[in-house]
Amino acid sequence: MSKDLSVPPEIPKEDGRPKWDNKFQYILSCIGFAVGLGNVWRFPYLCQIHGGGAFLIPYFIALLFEGIPLLHLELALGQCLRKGSIGAWNTISPYLGGVGIGSWMVSVLVSLYYNTVLTWVMWYFTNSFQEPLPWSVCPLNENRTGLNEECYKSTAVNYFWYRKTLNITPDVTETGTLQWWLILCLATSWAIVYLCTIRGIETTGKAIYVTAIFPYLVLTIFLIHGLTLPGATDGLAYLFTPNLNTLKNPRVWLDAATQIFFSLSLAFGGLIAFSSYNPPKNDCEKDAVTVAIVNSVTSLYASIPVFSVLGFKATTGYWDCLDRNIINVINEFDLPEESIMRQNYTAWISYLNSSHPEKIAGLKLKSCDLQEFLDQSVSGTGLAFIIFTQAIILMPGSQAWAILFFIMLFSLGLSSMFGNIEGVFTPLLELRIISKSIPKELLSGIICLISFLITLCFTLGSGSYWIDIFDSYAGSVPLLVIAFFEVIGVAYVYKMKRFSKDVKWMTGRKPNLYWQITWRFISPLLLLIVFVAFVTLQIQKPASYAAWNPKYVCSQIFSKLLIKARLVYFSPLSDPLKSLSSTVYLHNAA
Amino acid sequence: MMIIGLTICRISDVLLCNVTDRVSFWFVVTDSSQNMTTVPGSVVEAAIRMNRNRINSAFLLSDKTLQFLKITSTLSPPVEPSTPVWLIVFGVVLCLIVAGIVFLVVAGIQQRKKKNKESTERENLEEKGEVTVTVENGIPCEALDLKAGHINGVFAADDERFTSL
Repeated sequence: MSKDLSVPPEIPKEDGRPKWDNKFQYILSCIGFAVGLGNVWRFPYLCQIHGGGAFLIPYFIALLFEGIPLLHLELALGQCLRKGSIGAWNTISPYLGGVGIGSWMVSVLVSLYYNTVLTWVMWYFTNSFQEPLPWSVCPLNENRTGLNEECYKSTAVNYFWYRKTLNITPDVTETGTLQWWLILCLATSWAIVYLCTIRGIETTGKAIYVTAIFPYLVLTIFLIHGLTLPGATDGLAYLFTPNLNTLKNPRVWLDAATQIFFSLSLAFGGLIAFSSYNPPKNDCEKDAVTVAIVNSVTSLYASIPVFSVLGFKATTGYWDCLDRNIINVINEFDLPEESIMRQNYTAWISYLNSSHPEKIAGLKLKSCDLQEFLDQSVSGTGLAFIIFTQAIILMPGSQAWAILFFIMLFSLGLSSMFGNIEGVFTPLLELRIISKSIPKELLSGIICLISFLITLCFTLGSGSYWIDIFDSYAGSVPLLVIAFFEVIGVAYVYKMKRFSKDVKWMTGRKPNLYWQITWRFISPLLLLIVFVAFVTLQIQKPASYAAWNPKYVCSQIFSKLLIKARLVYFSPLSDPLKSLSSTVYLHNAA
Repeated sequence: MMIIGLTICRISDVLLCNVTDRVSFWFVVTDSSQNMTTVPGSVVEAAIRMNRNRINSAFLLSDKTLQFLKITSTLSPPVEPSTPVWLIVFGVVLCLIVAGIVFLVVAGIQQRKKKNKESTERENLEEKGEVTVTVENGIPCEALDLKAGHINGVFAADDERFTSL
């Protein structure tokens, strides 16, 4: 009888454990945790590069066989054992206690760097109140004869991000100095996190109503506005046009599996913590399916405004390119104004080329191709802070759009932070090393203060490279390993029969064949395959990162390499076409 | 009338030549006060630079549509307010957050004080014996009911053994 915790006693324990105010709060917290920045800036990018609508096929297969079973497993575990991740895994088996500690460590590490992304969002938010937006104009150089050189050679948006925000050093070995403006924003972010998590779920439960629902409002506003912009339909067509040939590439399936996994925030321990505050008799099966479906639908819903805006930006860029060429031609041939319009540009050019080819060649006209502009795909912070900000400048009333956009990003990130912090907080409360007399406010204050001091290192000049490292290595492979051991632990150590009995006690019905098969065989197998494929792909390329080095500016590769290399110009250290860093960057920021 | 240098010139002093299809022209400015000599190009350039706005608006054109060859427009510096705007916004946000934190911490402390006071009051009441708890052999009587105890089936359930009265 030593470990028969399968059936809790009939009388509910008066254990003084905090509770959710109502079911809606709990569901909203789980959804808020799962829906994060990755839904906005990673999923649309994956859709675009992996054949548009065709990507949804591997995505939904992964959701069905990996996402939902793992989610149900974690929610049921937390609800049944009523403990945070460390306590829960120690209860399952003392040999599996490491899984809990691993989850806890990952939550700690991810909380640290995730909040720095929120810091950047906050910095952009506070800068959105200016007219004109500071990232729309290049500053002048010292003698005011022209624009600042670094800014002129790249774009104003790049300059604002790399120089004014990050003040980035050319490589990670040069640490640079602490940037005081980032420190202020970092302090504010941690203060906001402290304010919302000060008493655990009592306070996050209230805050989640705002932070989880507000992003949907803003997404809807952007959707309506985005669809009215010129070029939106081009962007959407580009996004959703299915190209079934891409499914032959195993990379697509790997990306779908990892995206689902990281998007649902599995293996962080936060979901276990959330469901441990539930009443024991709660239908966790329905909750799991609800959360997973809402998360996926949100990803799809968010990709529509994102791609409308990107289509608008591509169209505007294309028109600008055409206009510049038109002005050059008109100046050269002394043609009257408005004789060449965008519509008859190609006709005119072919006529002029046949009559005066030397003059046309001498002008060195840039070839304008809408497809090329649409191909500029970025994910991660590049999408939010460079591409989107550039698009916002082009919209009328840009301050309002910028403010809305950055508040939305902040809410998305904050609701995910709640889950991360809860994954850190709850196990600590249960460990006997913390005495019960310490008030919760003090404990959360100490956690936030220590985290703030540690994350000061991300405000250095090289901070963004460190975040790259954290994101690539702290938030990817460990999660796969932990999740694998979670499923194996529950299915084979705790034994599926016992677990099914527990779930039946909680939900009132035995888990059906789908759950049995996925928990026992399909999910572990899938996780193993994903893990092996992930590691294989990682070790094939030498570890590298994309760096911004203003000394090596070269204007010919401006347009082609500019975006593909995550807007890096070049760096002597890495291959400018490094796609690894751009794809891995904040891919699990879900 | 334009002021070039310190001399005042009239429209008749401006002579046009090399007129092309497009509205473009060369011009020189003569100095009527000094025997119709041309004003040096650099002086004209400087004057145009200073009065660019006036010339543009006279033609209802802008720097992009009216081009003076060899005269690039100087760029106006961006407007910088004395305190950066972002600091103001940041200050507002920070004040709100600190107010929220202080409020929550103080509310928590008050709640805890109230709870402590309540529990000490209850202890005091019990000590004074105002809440009478009948005790039998050290066990409060309320506990001695069917829920906590065991029913001894030998004595309780065997009614049929005894004849009814």
